Amino acid sequence: MTDTAAKPGQTEVWITGIGLATSLGEGLDANWAALQEKRINVDEKGFAPYIVHPLMPVSFDSQIPKKGDQRQMEAWQRIGVYAAGLALDSAGIKGNKDILSKIDMVVAAGGGERDLNVDTGVLTAEAKGANAPGFLNERLMSDLRPTLFLAQLSNLLAGNIAIVNGLGGTSRTFMGEEVAGADAARIALSRIASGESDIALVGGSHNGERKDLMVLYEFGDFNLKDKFAPVWARKDHPGFALGSAGAFLVLESKAHAQARGAKPYAKLSSVVTDLARRKQSGDMEATLEKLWDKLPRREGKGAIISGASGAEPATSEERGFLKKHADFPVRSTGTMFGHTMETQFPLGLALAALAISRGALFPPNDSTGTEIEMQGAPTQIVVVGAGHWRGEGMALVEAVS
Amino acid sequence: MTAPRDKLGRPVVVVTGMGIMTSLGAGKADNWTKLVAGESGIRTITRFPIDGLKTTMAGTVDFVSVDPFSSTGLSERMAELVTQEALEQAGIGAKADFPGPLFLAVAPVEVEWPQRRELGRAVGAQDFTYDDLLRISGGGKYTAYHHRFMFGSVAAHLAETFGTKGSPISLSTACASGATSIQLGVEAIRRGETDAALCVATDGTVNPEALVRFSLLSALSTQNDPPQAASRPFSKNRDGFVMAEGAGALVLESYEAATARGAKILGVIAGCGELTDSFHRTRSSPDGKPIIGCMNKTLADAGMTPDQIDHINAHGTATPENDKMEYNTTSAVFGDLVSKIPVTSNKSMVGHTISAAGAVEAIFSLLTLEHQRIPPTINYETPDPTILFDVVGNKARDAKVTAVMSNSFGFGGQNASLILTREPA
Repeated sequence: MTDTAAKPGQTEVWITGIGLATSLGEGLDANWAALQEKRINVDEKGFAPYIVHPLMPVSFDSQIPKKGDQRQMEAWQRIGVYAAGLALDSAGIKGNKDILSKIDMVVAAGGGERDLNVDTGVLTAEAKGANAPGFLNERLMSDLRPTLFLAQLSNLLAGNIAIVNGLGGTSRTFMGEEVAGADAARIALSRIASGESDIALVGGSHNGERKDLMVLYEFGDFNLKDKFAPVWARKDHPGFALGSAGAFLVLESKAHAQARGAKPYAKLSSVVTDLARRKQSGDMEATLEKLWDKLPRREGKGAIISGASGAEPATSEERGFLKKHADFPVRSTGTMFGHTMETQFPLGLALAALAISRGALFPPNDSTGTEIEMQGAPTQIVVVGAGHWRGEGMALVEAVS
Repeated sequence: MTAPRDKLGRPVVVVTGMGIMTSLGAGKADNWTKLVAGESGIRTITRFPIDGLKTTMAGTVDFVSVDPFSSTGLSERMAELVTQEALEQAGIGAKADFPGPLFLAVAPVEVEWPQRRELGRAVGAQDFTYDDLLRISGGGKYTAYHHRFMFGSVAAHLAETFGTKGSPISLSTACASGATSIQLGVEAIRRGETDAALCVATDGTVNPEALVRFSLLSALSTQNDPPQAASRPFSKNRDGFVMAEGAGALVLESYEAATARGAKILGVIAGCGELTDSFHRTRSSPDGKPIIGCMNKTLADAGMTPDQIDHINAHGTATPENDKMEYNTTSAVFGDLVSKIPVTSNKSMVGHTISAAGAVEAIFSLLTLEHQRIPPTINYETPDPTILFDVVGNKARDAKVTAVMSNSFGFGGQNASLILTREPA
């Protein structure tokens, strides 16, 4: 198990910026309002029988002023660059060259969208008998847009964030689906806590409105079909509804934040991750339990924000874990935002920090009793991120005392 | 060789195991012999039809079989083989029980054409849409493809096979990925989170679409005949890089832990540095400041000055822009020393192993330190008169080498450098 908990003598790490662009809206107020109203934005028709949580349209110009930059990106990158810009705004460091020239970046990313017309064109031509040895080569050479590659490369989300915002510290891109988001936060936290870094931009983005991704997840029968239901109510009709979202956080050492007069939303106390073998029933639940035990124990009101996807058996295993900690009211980001893969964990961290800073957890939205009302202000929120196939992560977000 | 901590008070990080595979062959011994002999691993591609391609050669690894074949499957198999080699040398932990985390540099993963074509055929119609592909993808027939094409699948397989601890990290910093995997391992040991780390980098992505993608960006050499002469770092007539496959694995340990268990120390990762260039997606800032900053950060991290570096293992891709930029920035950092420090590019022989390059070249740098012999930059017939490096052209050179700087630069403004030494400073 690898873990990052603040150790004696290590600096406290604050969350001083949050950027959100989701299916519920852009910015903290719009997302918070939608959560209060239990508003869910799902599209059951556009990709029927599959269900997606589409991005609430945003004006990309406000965060990506150059049209040329926008043209160089596909949707997943535009969403991410947009959300990263909001996080920098929220931390009050947009345009601050001194800080941006040294800020470290850890981004969780998948890959970019394919050109479906090119793919379908090749396959149908082959079905009609095109079988010359160089057929695929020639079609790809003539049909692929030269810059599409750059819109597909995983590390070009970070690259575009750097270009648009002028970032000049380190830049690392982690891949590996859901747990990549947790590991990104873990590494950024440990680097700041140990003094290797003062300030970091961490997050990810995902475009769920992609048939090429649906094919990949359909291979494993993971897509939610036909009818939407909250994550916890999908046991007999399992699957995830892909969601579009960008979620970024600015993490900063307490000293660095205080020196520039920045206010924290919350502090990030610990991030722990692991890889359960998941060979047998109960493996994943046991790993979540081990991770839970590694988080520092605190007094005070707590809650859990879960990134459970609705896919089985992972969701049932996680529910088993949650039942053992029933004193922590649970909220599911999967129900409200869909499954945003690499972005789900940063999204959970963002909502945890937001809930702590606003002095309330958002209301439950569940018919199974897994989510219950919470009275009063949470002072600690555990973010749980278990992958639909592999990888487990957990974090403790706390109020700054 | 006594200080367990470096000048900055951090644990010294040493290498106790290495494994390598390139188009030259499998393992350190075979690779080193061929490398210092100036052999090229670049050949005409036979894995798939080359009709209609502008570039028809690559440094493929054809001697490793994977069934069913996929680029991700090949990356995984190569990573497994080099890790075995590294662990055997290090003699660390127990079988399937490596006492530390895994940091894996791996190419971005996606469904590949053989599988996409299989799906197309399965539709069973002459005319169909993408929705038809989607409709037949479920039902359990292609479950294995879900697992194969998860980004985290290669790391999960290695973690389970070798028993690394915790969540394995899969990372991409484009052509700097291999260096980044080493840097993450070094940092974890320096922070005291672990005594050992397994850093692996692998790339098996010579497939038609990957080749076309780089070709459309005009990044590849088109000097196809003879293929062995295509990669010409620092030459006037260089015209691009040659795609290649390969993998490298390094067992890193704290000096203290390695000596406590009596492990043979193969070298030291004395310094790591990284600096993002926000100028352009594929081009370096014309003033070279980010690369200059990256090299300076690395020297500072190692607590060294330019005069202490006596060899540079260059990124040296053989693209017109890279080699020129690398010379200009190196000159800015090293001043007059730039024409005196022997420089070589392994890519002249093994090609550009992309995600693996940083680790592959770090291993070649460590072998250079071990053998006190610098592998040549082959195809160096017509030196670029504006690049005044002391290029180790065409023939290997014996030299006293105590500290090597290895550079990696990638798309997306990724710059990373390492300094490797024989013994702790």
